[in-house]
Amino acid sequence: MIHLIWVALICIGFVFAAAQGNIEVVTKAAFDGAATGVTVCFGLISVLVFWMGMMKLAEDGGLLQKISKLLAPLVAFLFPDVPRNHPAMGYILSNMSANLLGLGNAATPMGIKAMQELQSLNPDKQTATPAMCTLLALNTASITLIPTTLIAIRLNYHSANPTEIVGTTLVATAIATFAAIAADRWYRSRELRRPPASPPSTSSLPPQKTQAPQGTPVAASSPATPPVSSPAVPRSGMTAAKGRNTTWKG
Amino acid sequence: MLYFINLVSTWAIPVILAFIPLYAYTKKVPVYDSFVDGAKDGFSTAISIIPHLVGMMVAISIFRASGALDYLISWVTPWIKNWGVPGEVLPLGLLRPLTGTGSLAFTTDLIRTYGPDSMIGRIASTIQGSTDTTLYVLTVYFGAVGIRNGRYALKVGLFSDVVGFVAAIAICLLVF
Repeated sequence: MIHLIWVALICIGFVFAAAQGNIEVVTKAAFDGAATGVTVCFGLISVLVFWMGMMKLAEDGGLLQKISKLLAPLVAFLFPDVPRNHPAMGYILSNMSANLLGLGNAATPMGIKAMQELQSLNPDKQTATPAMCTLLALNTASITLIPTTLIAIRLNYHSANPTEIVGTTLVATAIATFAAIAADRWYRSRELRRPPASPPSTSSLPPQKTQAPQGTPVAASSPATPPVSSPAVPRSGMTAAKGRNTTWKG
Repeated sequence: MLYFINLVSTWAIPVILAFIPLYAYTKKVPVYDSFVDGAKDGFSTAISIIPHLVGMMVAISIFRASGALDYLISWVTPWIKNWGVPGEVLPLGLLRPLTGTGSLAFTTDLIRTYGPDSMIGRIASTIQGSTDTTLYVLTVYFGAVGIRNGRYALKVGLFSDVVGFVAAIAICLLVF
């Protein structure tokens, strides 16, 4: 998919430039783009170095474990079919805490460990369990407290107020996470009503060679903040849909 | 509510920067060593993004300079102009679930072209920060344990991407 997009962007650009009779634009644009890519990364270095140092401090100081403790009841609610004392629980907690604190490098390995543990509970090794789908839903719409990379780029381009997007990002991610959890619950209960019929999914895609940006650090604004319900979240239609989930019994 | 969002934006980072070292210090962590140890990884992370970002930036730059992007935008703008949404951010919504570095490159391009404090720059920043790269996460996590049938995971992921995209635009139009 990514390969197709990349080739399409270049070739469509080439065709457009050729049709307008100024093909030399392509050459100039290519080298400008390459220069911009490197410049942006250099701008990111300072922020990433600083931020990952900070996050290491949070890890060593025990903040990560603290947040894990706070999240425990929530995780028990989200994963009703995983036994409380199963090793998968520990990894799921670490994965969520790392996501919150923006330890992208730690979140992915923890998530993979959690998947392997969940796989040990899986009767059918080829098909995802509901718990796995929940874990993915949480990871694809991870609540972002501090979008570090974006702040760095805004600083690069001399924004008057580089951090003004922190609040908007927090609200948008909170809504997206609610939507993910609600949709996940809805599908889960639907599958319970008719277990055998599960639609084939397209997750057997060729492995992507892209790297998820690991520079979107997230951090708990205060360790006492419950991560999934921020007071800044307006009641969207999705929260109403959550009401349906109360009838679900694990 | 809007006041609160602005308050969070202003205070979040300073509070975190003061709190984390202080907390670690009270826990008897050798804070400076620990900080330096973690910071080492930051450099390699930033450097490892360069090839991805250059590759995507070149493609997007060609696409934009040739006039193809303007054509695409002019084609979709009438559909959404009614709500005051700038059409320039739409391609980002398509890129975001597919490629993290690609959408980062596109966001950077928008910020460079229109300025970080323009409405387009703010919306692009919020969208980019709002969701993770769904296809990447799915591929890596399922690939690690050999799951072939992901059930409804992709649907849920893409659904939350759409919700996040709409929410990001709505919030920005509200706040700024």
